[in-house]
Amino acid sequence: MVKINGEMLDMAGKTVTEMLAAMEVNGQRVAVELNEDIVPKASYGETVLKEGDTVEVVRFVGGG
Amino acid sequence: MALPTREEMYAALEERHGAELQKKLSEASVAVCGLGGLGSNIAIALARAGVGRLHILDFDRVDISNLNRQQYFPEQLGMLKSDALCDTLSRISPYCEIQKDCVKLTEENIPELLSGEAIICEAFDRADQKAMLVNCVLETMPEKYLVAGSGMAGIGPSNTIITRRMMKRFYLCGDGSSDVDDGMGLVASRVLICAAHQANAVIRIIAGEYDV
Repeated sequence: MVKINGEMLDMAGKTVTEMLAAMEVNGQRVAVELNEDIVPKASYGETVLKEGDTVEVVRFVGGG
Repeated sequence: MALPTREEMYAALEERHGAELQKKLSEASVAVCGLGGLGSNIAIALARAGVGRLHILDFDRVDISNLNRQQYFPEQLGMLKSDALCDTLSRISPYCEIQKDCVKLTEENIPELLSGEAIICEAFDRADQKAMLVNCVLETMPEKYLVAGSGMAGIGPSNTIITRRMMKRFYLCGDGSSDVDDGMGLVASRVLICAAHQANAVIRIIAGEYDV
């Protein structure tokens, strides 16, 4: 299990790209932290989530 | 009436904020990226507080649709926002050093354009541009403090707008969900709340107070 935005989800083994797709999140509007470090956007496809990881998906919405 | 001298302005700020904080504020340098409802209000709050140097960046011009929430005047319609806001900031805080850039920020130019400031405010309006700036700063400039805003559209409750410390040097203000793309307009009062959260987060960082 992987802790994503505080929720335990069955995402171990998935890449960040696959996780975002499963969450139905637009990858152009997020920043992703893995164990408190930023995941570079270019690495989403090759960064694999492991059992016990903590992920924060920061979703941005429009307006300013 | 003649303008107060630099020393008179400083003494008045020092009296209100205390000598220790005012010294930190006057030595601080902050970049404000995007000069719309968030950025224009953030910059004015920081100028009033006596922040010593502000770097303001926007590619756009003042439009009549901005006047409901952005700190511009009808006679400034058509001006570059960077020019119009620079004029206003100079009236508020005549000894503040202001660097203005009329430029569209991209992944390519951000590292160079924002190299001079320790604290960066994200104040764009489009979600994908917010994400671009935040990712670029966190990936390429890990030594910077970054204060972003997301979620302040509509007239929802004031108290849903909060400041969160997402990473050691990354703060995010807003309710996180009120999206202008969902048809909710932006209203001055609620945009100001988010801008004030961002400005206060900046001032706390300058003061060395890092918790939220």
